Amino acid sequence: MAPAFPAGALSMGNPMLDQTLSLPARPGVGYKPQHFAAILANPHPVGWLEVHAENYMGDGGRPLAQLRHLAERFPISVHGVGLSIGGEGPLNRDHLLRLKQLCGWLNPASFSEHLAWSTHEGAFLNDLLPLPYTPATLARVADHIDEVQEVLGRRMLLENPSTYVAFAETAMGEVEFLTEVARRTGCGLLLDINNVYVSGTNQNYDPVDYLDAFPLQLVGEVHLGGHDEDRDDQGRRLLIDSHGAEVVDPVWALYARVIHRAGPLPTLIEWDNDVPDWPVLAAEASRAAAILEPVA
Amino acid sequence: MSQSLFARALLDPQAAIPPGIVDPEGRPAPKRFSVYRNNVALSLTRALEAAFPTVRKLVGEDFFAAMAGVFLRANPPRSRMLMLYGDDLPAFLASFPPVAHLGYLPDVARLDQAMRESYHAADSSPLDQADFERLLGEDLAALRLSLAPSLRLVRSRWPIVSIWAAHANGGPAPKPGPEDALVLRPDFDPLPQLLPAGGGAFVTGLLEGRTLGEAVDIAGPKLDLPAVLGLLISGRAISGVTA
Repeated sequence: MAPAFPAGALSMGNPMLDQTLSLPARPGVGYKPQHFAAILANPHPVGWLEVHAENYMGDGGRPLAQLRHLAERFPISVHGVGLSIGGEGPLNRDHLLRLKQLCGWLNPASFSEHLAWSTHEGAFLNDLLPLPYTPATLARVADHIDEVQEVLGRRMLLENPSTYVAFAETAMGEVEFLTEVARRTGCGLLLDINNVYVSGTNQNYDPVDYLDAFPLQLVGEVHLGGHDEDRDDQGRRLLIDSHGAEVVDPVWALYARVIHRAGPLPTLIEWDNDVPDWPVLAAEASRAAAILEPVA
Repeated sequence: MSQSLFARALLDPQAAIPPGIVDPEGRPAPKRFSVYRNNVALSLTRALEAAFPTVRKLVGEDFFAAMAGVFLRANPPRSRMLMLYGDDLPAFLASFPPVAHLGYLPDVARLDQAMRESYHAADSSPLDQADFERLLGEDLAALRLSLAPSLRLVRSRWPIVSIWAAHANGGPAPKPGPEDALVLRPDFDPLPQLLPAGGGAFVTGLLEGRTLGEAVDIAGPKLDLPAVLGLLISGRAISGVTA
């Protein structure tokens, strides 16, 4: 599949990124099968779709048939949740090859994964687990990304995580860590602004400072999603990344700040739990479009 | 921080929080750590709920969630493809004392699992009428049928198809007795069909690669061959034939 993309998909004109990042600088949504008919009937204002890689690694049936059909109409972003790039152990070769196979037939416009780990000694824990930011973890993450990009034959985007705990041994900031990973590996970054808001609240830093330091020229995609609210051991606000609600106003404000600085970027509305009917999701996408279009 | 300690503490609620896990001010943060514990248990429980809908209806939501908590801690996924998670749940249920009185439950779980495997199985094209007409001139007993990759057979001494139907679409109350389920996926939606007499042994023979004649012999005189072949054909489950 070789979909045509609108001009201006890449705001910063980075020639390295131009080769691989081809999602349109429009709103996209995380694809849910219950929205299949609604999306085909009227996708507006959604211009692309993101799928979780692991849900399309079966041998056949409806999931793959739907994805093949959608890929004829929309640029697709493949978002992995199971590579465990931050894991202490080696990457799982079988999983990496399944990913290669998926990216091979689908030829997605983008592939992204998380700065996190999820597998240990063969057990898949199905959560995006945090890692301390140290020279040793930096080297390991960079090695894993080198391996992913080599096997897939494409550049990937690495996403900043939501975190709930800190590590006594952490020696560098998250932005510094991500920037250095990108410098060493040549990967791009996926900026999840809800994650910045969640982690900033949980880790006691100002999301504005984080975003102002973030290397926006490396960002190939933005994520926006909802979160839940809890209390930590001290009774302070603790935000939980839930992907189960609307994007909150403070996150929209941070998003507008990023877009005004960087120009239009491909922007995903992530809604994975308590998934609403299509009009609710489309309304969230319209809110992103209203911020993207004036700067396009 | 060792990921071994972190992973162990995630799966064992009694385990100590790994050293070095703190809040932004460097204080111990067990409640913050419990967010990860909850995420792991809840997400895997949700995966099992989606995978075993009939089992869940039989035992109830609360019991299922508690049972899933025991299962997932002893059997965390070995694959990152959660669509396959829980294939050892039927065996777990067969030796889980709180459900020892529900003898049919492991086989119902096997049927739920078979339905899910069928849903994700490779696509195939069924033989068409012209293919069948060409076969009429052949020695039928010597033919071997290839069955669709999405076909699953679950044999049971319990009325598993009736139990499934009663819970999935309000079918009548099941009557005691053995039932063999043939899961067929004519397009994208798997459906369990009750195999007529001899059908389980016959389909087993076909799956083992035996000829039609051999499979008929194995099934014995009770076999309702036209009915079984009718199911396979209408379910678009015969994907090839070799002489």
